[in-house]
Amino acid sequence: MGRDVNEKLTGDFYTNHFAPGLSEEGDTLILNIGPQHPATHGVLRVIVELDGEYIRKSEPVLGYIHRMHEKMGEVKTYAQYLPNMGRVDYLHALAWNWAYVGAVEKLMGITVPPRAEYIRVITCELNRISSHLLWWGAYLLDLGGFTPILYGFADRERILDILQIVTGSRLTYCYFRFGGVAADVTDEFIALTRQFCRDFTRRLPMYRDLVTGNMILRGRCEEIGVLAPEMARRYGATGPVLRGSGVAYDVRRFEPYSVYDRLAFDIPTGQTGDAMDRYEVRMAEMAQSVRIIEQALEALPEGHILSPDLPERVIPPKGEVYFAVEGARGKIGVYLLSDGTARPYRLKLRSPSFSNLSLFAELAQGTLLADAVSIMGSLDLVIPEIDR
Amino acid sequence: MIAQLTAWLTHPLGHMIAALAAIMAFLGVNGLVLVYMERKVAGFIQRRPGPYEVGPQGLLQPVADAGKLISKQLTTPDGADTLMFWAAPVLSMAPVVICFLPIPFSPLLTGMDVNLGLLLILAFSGLNSLALCLAGWGSNNKYSLLGAARAVAQAVAYEIPLLLAVLAVAFQTGSLNLSVIVQEQSGGLLSWNVFTHPLAFFIFFVASVAETNRSPFDLPEAESELTAGFHTEYSGMGFGIFFLAEYSYMVIVCAVATALFLGGWDGPVLPGIWWFLAKVFGLIFVMMWFRWTFPRVRFDQLLNICWKWLIPLGLLNLVVTALMLKLVR
Amino acid sequence: MRSLIKALKGLWSLAVGLRITAVELVKPQITVHYPREEVKNLVSYRGHIELVPLDADLQTPRCIMCWRCVDNCPSRCITLRMHVKGEEAGRAADPGLRLAPDIQVPYSQHRTPPPDVIERVLDVYRLNYSLCSLCGLCVQNCPVDAIRFTGNAYLVGTTRQTFDIDLLARLRQRAVPKAAARGTARAA
Repeated sequence: MGRDVNEKLTGDFYTNHFAPGLSEEGDTLILNIGPQHPATHGVLRVIVELDGEYIRKSEPVLGYIHRMHEKMGEVKTYAQYLPNMGRVDYLHALAWNWAYVGAVEKLMGITVPPRAEYIRVITCELNRISSHLLWWGAYLLDLGGFTPILYGFADRERILDILQIVTGSRLTYCYFRFGGVAADVTDEFIALTRQFCRDFTRRLPMYRDLVTGNMILRGRCEEIGVLAPEMARRYGATGPVLRGSGVAYDVRRFEPYSVYDRLAFDIPTGQTGDAMDRYEVRMAEMAQSVRIIEQALEALPEGHILSPDLPERVIPPKGEVYFAVEGARGKIGVYLLSDGTARPYRLKLRSPSFSNLSLFAELAQGTLLADAVSIMGSLDLVIPEIDR
Repeated sequence: MIAQLTAWLTHPLGHMIAALAAIMAFLGVNGLVLVYMERKVAGFIQRRPGPYEVGPQGLLQPVADAGKLISKQLTTPDGADTLMFWAAPVLSMAPVVICFLPIPFSPLLTGMDVNLGLLLILAFSGLNSLALCLAGWGSNNKYSLLGAARAVAQAVAYEIPLLLAVLAVAFQTGSLNLSVIVQEQSGGLLSWNVFTHPLAFFIFFVASVAETNRSPFDLPEAESELTAGFHTEYSGMGFGIFFLAEYSYMVIVCAVATALFLGGWDGPVLPGIWWFLAKVFGLIFVMMWFRWTFPRVRFDQLLNICWKWLIPLGLLNLVVTALMLKLVR
Repeated sequence: MRSLIKALKGLWSLAVGLRITAVELVKPQITVHYPREEVKNLVSYRGHIELVPLDADLQTPRCIMCWRCVDNCPSRCITLRMHVKGEEAGRAADPGLRLAPDIQVPYSQHRTPPPDVIERVLDVYRLNYSLCSLCGLCVQNCPVDAIRFTGNAYLVGTTRQTFDIDLLARLRQRAVPKAAARGTARAA
């Protein structure tokens, strides 16, 4: 039925890559999930070959939101590129901010004053919580529970209000600068953050009762999309996807940057690597982020928010640098190659969702369509980050 | 004049025609009320007001929705089987009216006092799965086909626990006449069947949530997986009729549940009709409460619940009821 | 037997979930009914930029035409035209979008340290707000604090021209006698 219609197109992804590998029995249905679809978290197209309800073969097709961020990195100056980083992964924009300014600071040898470091930690962890809250709500929306997203958003609104005070933005932050941050935190910010940490710690048990313990949700997530650690390593998966399979790799612990080596936090891991483990890892990470924020608020020193001995112009010396941070989705990396001019020669963005998505084709093999939706949600993909 | 009208109303045929007219009016108003109730309940559970702008507190929102649906163009998809495509919504809505006839709204307000009332309702509500089948196939759309296949399997599977739960009550009362069943429960609160058949009530309610394609069993309409399931290709009033039929079936199953288990029109002080409606809308509120709390059950798990849990429990309930009746009598 | 216990535990978890939504049902609403109510935290909203006037002369901006805002803007939103006193007005000094990688110096050749007396005259200062990403690099890099955010959260329009803001005209319009300015400031 469907194959005849699609064969009329020539030179497209389907005809060139997907069709040759189709099974010979011919009793299967070819379906496009996306690019316009409520469950693909962005413009992602997944071509699936369905045998009844089971997925015989699937393939994600990318590029629908390719915005040429890496090309822009070659034509803009270092400072002009700062707003771009907020738009790559808008849900954890501050982590991308950090990766970029960290790379430039490493290349130029700029030291960030301690107050700025702690402010960076506090704001980035708040952003991480808001990203996980949105993931949680959207995942449940995919699975048919329409209410938790609104509860999650109620908490998320508080975080966005807090971050608006210092950054002026609610989503696509452009707050970090080379050598510090753009604005100082106010007493109102500190008071609201403390209040939020207290209230959020009390909200988490409600989320557990409403959703995590729910029999129906457990039926949708347990034993779905079991990811073996070797397979995760093969594909380069990082973040909660990797930690759900039992590998306790977190960039903040193994390649510590900023003041994370002075802060105490656990790295939650799962045992079996199914969707439920990845879910639990993210919920536990939210609690750990609250812990980090509280410690950072206690330890916040006085001082400058921008390094006082910054060079007049941002012209890094010739050389290359790679700087990685732990984002909500995994390891965010920025590779910077400078040729001594005002514009980078090459700026490569390593996005965790790209590696996580590449798991999908193998994970979804032989599963039901409903399970494939659950697997995709549990990978926590942000498509603009994949396509950059 | 009045005498002539009364004579005509007490005549069985005149009574039925008047009942049909009243039912169709009720269905129309019911659709509006339930749409509003659904959105308001959803809103309040989600800490927001729901419809608010159209009319005071959004009371005219359903009228605006109805106006929008009526004003849309009725499109038939390319390559669709026109007869099947347009027969489906009609077939979905038509049996609803008949299903309302045996329901005892109050001792006087019963459309048709027929001895096989329950059988009539179960038989005609089964036609809904045929309508879904026609909709899915006639749409010439993969998504619709998948949705319809799921819906039919779900509807057919859950007929059985429904029947088993109903049978238990019928065994006890000895009649399939809904008015008789309600009259048997008119001895105060504790004579309601929900206290003698709690398991049957639970099975009946779960099966009725599945029969009406409500969450957590709403896979046929799973928006996040299949766009809109069997009614993807319907626009305007085509979709409106499916929508109206779904809400009407909700009222039917809740009304049957009230009549069978919650004592029907039994209640102090107020006339029976108000108690009946209160109980029916209470059960509908519980259905809406389920929808906005629980995620969706996966399809094979859904069928598992039916075949592995509800049917054995229903059979067990039946056997125990039969034993108890034998022992008592 | 174990599956029966698991089923009962599962049913209990569903009941717990129902209790939570029932509790949330009776709690007050947390949404803000715009436009009947307004959000209360617009103090930190940036809005588009505007020119800051000199304290002594409200018709003249503090701008010294160092071109830092123009050069640092990631989207080339700002159009600046100036002339040195004694020359013709509006000399096209904006070099346009420079993509040539051989330009070593990031700042424009027009840059000089802030002088005591400004010998340049600002002719045109426009903001193309459609391209602006509210990054704040212009405000931060101005050496004389000649740009600030307006906090205007309610800018709406039906044409593209509404968002092509002539900031110099805006400054001059607001410098009209204080009483009238207060009246029009809210509307503008």
